Amino acid sequence: MTLRQTLLAGAVLTFAAAGSVSAAELNIACGTVGKGQQLCKEAVAEWEEKTGHTVNVISVPTSTNDQLALYQQILGSGSSDIDVFEVDVIWPGILGSHLLDLSPYTNGAETDHFPAIIENNTYKGKLVAMPSYTDAGLLYYRKDLLEKYGEDKPATWQELTSTAQKIQDAEREAGNEKMWGFVFQAKAYEGLTCDAIEWVDSFNGGSIVSAEGDITINNPQAAEALTMAASWVGTIAPEGVLNYQEEDSRGVFQSGNAVFMRNWPYAWALSQSDDSPIKGKVGVMALPKGGEEGKQTGALGGWQLAVSKYTESPDAAADLVMWLTRKEEQKRRAIEGSYNPTISSLYTDEEILAATPFIGQLQDTFTNAVARPSRATGANYNKVSNAFYNAVHEVLSGKKDAATSLEDLERDLKRIKRRSW
Amino acid sequence: MTLALSANGAGNKRMQKSDLTSARIRSAWLFLSPMLIVLAVVAGWPLLRTIWLGFTDANLTDLSQTTFIGLENYYVTFDGEAYGVLVDPDWWNAVWNTLWFTVVSVSLETIFGLFIALVLNAEFKGRGFVRAAVLIPWAIPTVVSAQMWGWMLHDQFGVLNEILLTIGLISQPIAWTADPDTAMWAVIMVDVWKTTPFMALLILAGLQMLPGDIYEAARVDGVHPVRVFFKVTLPLIKPALMVAIVFRALDALRIFDLIYVLTSNSSDTMSMSVYARQQLVDFQEVGYGSAAATLLFLIVAVMTTLTLMAGNVKLSEDPR
Repeated sequence: MTLRQTLLAGAVLTFAAAGSVSAAELNIACGTVGKGQQLCKEAVAEWEEKTGHTVNVISVPTSTNDQLALYQQILGSGSSDIDVFEVDVIWPGILGSHLLDLSPYTNGAETDHFPAIIENNTYKGKLVAMPSYTDAGLLYYRKDLLEKYGEDKPATWQELTSTAQKIQDAEREAGNEKMWGFVFQAKAYEGLTCDAIEWVDSFNGGSIVSAEGDITINNPQAAEALTMAASWVGTIAPEGVLNYQEEDSRGVFQSGNAVFMRNWPYAWALSQSDDSPIKGKVGVMALPKGGEEGKQTGALGGWQLAVSKYTESPDAAADLVMWLTRKEEQKRRAIEGSYNPTISSLYTDEEILAATPFIGQLQDTFTNAVARPSRATGANYNKVSNAFYNAVHEVLSGKKDAATSLEDLERDLKRIKRRSW
Repeated sequence: MTLALSANGAGNKRMQKSDLTSARIRSAWLFLSPMLIVLAVVAGWPLLRTIWLGFTDANLTDLSQTTFIGLENYYVTFDGEAYGVLVDPDWWNAVWNTLWFTVVSVSLETIFGLFIALVLNAEFKGRGFVRAAVLIPWAIPTVVSAQMWGWMLHDQFGVLNEILLTIGLISQPIAWTADPDTAMWAVIMVDVWKTTPFMALLILAGLQMLPGDIYEAARVDGVHPVRVFFKVTLPLIKPALMVAIVFRALDALRIFDLIYVLTSNSSDTMSMSVYARQQLVDFQEVGYGSAAATLLFLIVAVMTTLTLMAGNVKLSEDPR
């Protein structure tokens, strides 16, 4: 065994010394929530078998902010420690200068994907990332509980509030002490920006910064949306929601202790797994409107795969990215992990629709999702998002009222912007 | 100096002595040099570089494109609005948080540490075992203990809420790390839990140095033990206590890991180090973040000097 390893290591070294590409060793970071990592490992193993390269799958933090910080440190120092990694939809503007141009490797595959995502992944004319899956915020609800209390699916946030309160009170009366009405993500991090932009947009309050780069967040509709959200904390949502990320809220919902949950599509496959206490009791719908004049919306999320510019084997790394984002793989991920494909033709695929019905039903939500202002604000996006989620967090935790907080936020955003983004 | 002395043709005896002294000084420098070189490389160089970067507009996106911008990271007016670390309310919030955290946590740790040290100083069976056991919280890496406490403090499945609910002290689970009223106290509690043993150990070392005959004399004179503690023990261990407090205060002023793991970037608990890291890494503003880090360094230096001075003044009064 040891001898074999030594020989193998020797062989790898010889190849490396000879500058051969036939035995590249790559490091990939992929999949942090839900079934992502398992699906990624399976696909990577297939590719290893096909090509003879070696790939190490690395674990990274679950919070997108922490991941970004990690990649910024690694890429900022020009290190080749990670070759291939997942890139959030808001990152191409921030990390773009460190990423490899993939267009020489795609053979035109990018034309199959949604054009908006490809445009998002284009940094200074270079295609820096290939789409892996797309996301939009969704509302999960307990079919069995709504039926039990004769309630309809909520069309507006106001209806959601009263339904959640009613069922929560009734369930607690019946001895279900831990029942909550609604869980979401309200920790001061990127996830709160997604949740809050959905509330604001559903009230027609815009998207913080307009596509032209104007600061639009200080408006009455946005204040109304945040006031409503603040009223949930401590009534239909536990106070701890102020420190919840995606997996915390899924923990509460999936153990059967919440009526509604705001989360991404990945939570569907897990709620339907065999060990889930709520298997078969869950429904998924688009997020409610903000009042009668409001609109249905969802924050645009989604992840891409990118190759570091500092990789030692760009050809192999780019080939791996193409393998992981190809049509067959996206189909497999949609069926097994409810990850939404980025290839439009897959939205009519019978097998996908059978496994994850909402992918077809909610296609409108996915195509009309509200984008965070990462394109308008470019490299400053992180600061804008940070100012926004901190302002929202202050409203939710009751430290400031919505109007004051938005006024302060507008001033902060102007400071960040100065002359231009 | 040696050369100057020889050239002056100073007395034979004096010259010999100074030769010996200079030889000793030379060998002292020789022995010190490895440490000085290491210090210069691992502490001096990064510090100077950070101070220098604080005067530039360095950005993580492309570190090769860095220009000198003077004091703009600290203070600059632009269209009638002031910008820079010195006028950033978030920075001052972080400074305030850090000072509050330092004063409260170090005070609590000193009191508890003193108490534990006095107990451990007494003769009892199994003392060695208890001394070792007390150190366990301090031996666990901060990130691990912070994560551990993060789970214990969790509002839905945390063991702390479970205990308090069971004994009926609270009727609703408390979101310790999320609620702005409790977040800082949660951080302080975990820090006290973790570093009290360190404090106790340093004070215990001081206690062990005390001569036994003073206590015998006090006993013979029939002095009340509480009076003995305040009049004899406390003044005598003050030097050890001051060293322990300065160590802890220095440590507390640059607190990062505990706060970052428990509450991440939340403004309720953001310390100076968390602020600097957020600028450096999250916002990629290496220049601005370095300016904040430089201010952090200056504040720590000033606080240390003040504490040492306060300690010395009291010490010099003691003999009277």
